[in-house]
Amino acid sequence: MALVLTEEQAMIRDAADGFFRDAAPPAAFRKLRDAKDATGFDRDLWRQMAEQGFAGVLVPEAHGGAGLGFVAAGLIQEAVGRNLTLSPLLSTAILAASALVAGGTEEQRAQYLPQIASGERLFALAADEQARHAPHAIATTAEASGNGFKLNGCKTFVLDGHVADTLIVAARTDDGITLFLVDAKAPGVATERTIMVDQRNAAEVTLTDVQVDGADVLGGVGGGAALLDRILDAGRACLAAELLGVSQQSFDTTIDYLKQREQFGQKIGSFQALQHRAAHLFCEVELARSATLRALQALDAGEDRAPMFVSLAKAKAGDVAKLASNEGVQMHGGIGMTDDYDIGFYMKRARAAGETFGDAGFHGDRLARLMGY
Amino acid sequence: MSDTLDAFRIETRAWLEANCPAEMRTPVARDSDVCWGGRNAKLSGPQRAWLDAMGAKGWTVPEWPAAYGGGGLSKDEAKVLASEMRRLGARSPLSSFGIWMLGPALLKYGSEAQKLEHLPKIARGEIRWCQGYSEPGAGSDLASLRTSAVLDGDEYVVNGQKVWTSYADKADWIFCLVRTHPDAPKHLGISFLLFDMASPGVTTSPIRLISGASPFCQTFFDDVRVPAANLMGEAGKGWDIAKYLLTHEREMIGAMDFSAGGRDSVSQIAARTIGLDGEVLGDPILRTDIVRHEIDAWAFGLTMERVKDQAKAGQGVGALSSMLKYYGTELNKQRQELLMSVGGSDSLQWEGDDGDQSRSWLRSRANSIEGGTSEINLNIIAKRVLQLPGA
Repeated sequence: MALVLTEEQAMIRDAADGFFRDAAPPAAFRKLRDAKDATGFDRDLWRQMAEQGFAGVLVPEAHGGAGLGFVAAGLIQEAVGRNLTLSPLLSTAILAASALVAGGTEEQRAQYLPQIASGERLFALAADEQARHAPHAIATTAEASGNGFKLNGCKTFVLDGHVADTLIVAARTDDGITLFLVDAKAPGVATERTIMVDQRNAAEVTLTDVQVDGADVLGGVGGGAALLDRILDAGRACLAAELLGVSQQSFDTTIDYLKQREQFGQKIGSFQALQHRAAHLFCEVELARSATLRALQALDAGEDRAPMFVSLAKAKAGDVAKLASNEGVQMHGGIGMTDDYDIGFYMKRARAAGETFGDAGFHGDRLARLMGY
Repeated sequence: MSDTLDAFRIETRAWLEANCPAEMRTPVARDSDVCWGGRNAKLSGPQRAWLDAMGAKGWTVPEWPAAYGGGGLSKDEAKVLASEMRRLGARSPLSSFGIWMLGPALLKYGSEAQKLEHLPKIARGEIRWCQGYSEPGAGSDLASLRTSAVLDGDEYVVNGQKVWTSYADKADWIFCLVRTHPDAPKHLGISFLLFDMASPGVTTSPIRLISGASPFCQTFFDDVRVPAANLMGEAGKGWDIAKYLLTHEREMIGAMDFSAGGRDSVSQIAARTIGLDGEVLGDPILRTDIVRHEIDAWAFGLTMERVKDQAKAGQGVGALSSMLKYYGTELNKQRQELLMSVGGSDSLQWEGDDGDQSRSWLRSRANSIEGGTSEINLNIIAKRVLQLPGA
């Protein structure tokens, strides 16, 4: 497959760019932050995103979605990254939709997928239990109980956990890891929102004797590890796209600044010390773009090597976003450290999104293992 | 895939099977395995047979027009040919600065007579070219070159000195930047001349490098008489041609070790040399360095692919040759540093076959100097792509 966007994808990119620039620019992010908004995002914006087909980007048309695939989802996430848009896109439209498409029963898909596409139900993936991403290190237990299971354990870094209607919980059963769809309001579920450096929603979720039905198993008992990897890979590839947007916007903003700011009687962009760093950064952003597009295409094509491309993209895009935003702050000088300027927001988001579902170290290790070393 | 392309593949496969000698289906192991052609080429029987067969079909330059000795293939057909050659493990029949550098410039700027005279001989490997660009006082500041060419009747008289002329001692002809207008601003006084290295007054002297090899020469011109008809393009407009040619040179150098395809990755070599401890490389610190390198190398390879695909789709990406040159050569140096570490004391050997690694390492250090240093290419990206102001 050629590493270029199809005409349809180029239209989706233009539509997403225009939508988020108008409806959810960095100024909107700042406003929500300053208001200490309890929801953490704008529900009206989420409704509009559903109308645009963004919420249903991965939901098949048969279930009321747009069925556009991962490249399209990545393009939307890239626009989100450029604009720092707050929304449940990742947790609901990407992670939960991928989970249900890949692992849901006919009944589960019919029930939940249309609600994802319409934006009416929010999901959260409750997988991580450690501060450093280690998705298979799960201590939460699911013991057989009645005609279902009883869940006990603690989950951390549950994105959008405090607003979710339904949690996707990874727990240990006798024969491995199993995923469960859990009503967030079920007795025994306690959710505590944590405020993070990038203002994204995350929560600590404690499960105490939470009773779930056998019909709420997602992807078969004991079959959760492989499914969890697929869900995470969908999220990682789209996070790589968001990180690409963060990089590109940091880079563009910084280049503009280099062309405006004067010191020593000349534009600082004329100084070779800055020019070479900017030119190097340009190359790095292009590399992140290539790796990200390839990963998204690999997911769309269902390639066996998709996990390798995903880890490549997440590692590279994460490192580049850190570099681009760090260099952005440095090249802005003093004002780059001020809250008035947006560049600091990008540095915070690069750090958080880079950490989410594995940083460059995690994915470098995974890539090396997949390649046999 | 279309039926005609399918038919072309079948035909090509059969022709390659029939015409590629068995000896030419093994990996290139030493310098003498690379065929450079030229009047004085010392080729083995199979090398000669392979070059002649491919040259006769124009498949040494698949996409050049047939009228100039090329294969006249479309981009898609050329891709098929390349993939069929890979399938067979076939070596490139001809390595040539004529193909990589001069050819594209001749096609764009050469007169019809010049194209007809030179391109077919390049395609068949009959004439080996060298590049007369750098001078002792004109390295990164190439446009300050001083080799002079003065018109005398219908001949130019060339005097001056070039340096870092790759394989000048083995080349038949030179494409050479000369100053024809000494009073014009430095970029506007340069012309592009083609002439025979056997002309009276041309002498070469190899330069011994830190790798022990001498691929580069000093080249001296002492009243060399060159027919005025050998001027390519207009007098005084040689800098445009020089820059155009450099973009091809940079793409070539940047891509050199990534287009090869079949070459082992650092991790494969490390796994063989160092061995695994369970599922992971026995040296965990080196493993981290290697995976960081391979992430970049892989992302770079994908970027080269994307650039090609975008060009095919008519989406130009400006000054990319500088990006490919800069990043590709820095990666290759990093690869060689890692291979030195992987080999440990073995890679410090200097003589015999074991000495190859240390010499490759030393050779690679030139990658980010030749054809425009990394710093010059960063300058170009800053100015042409990012449009940052001049100092």
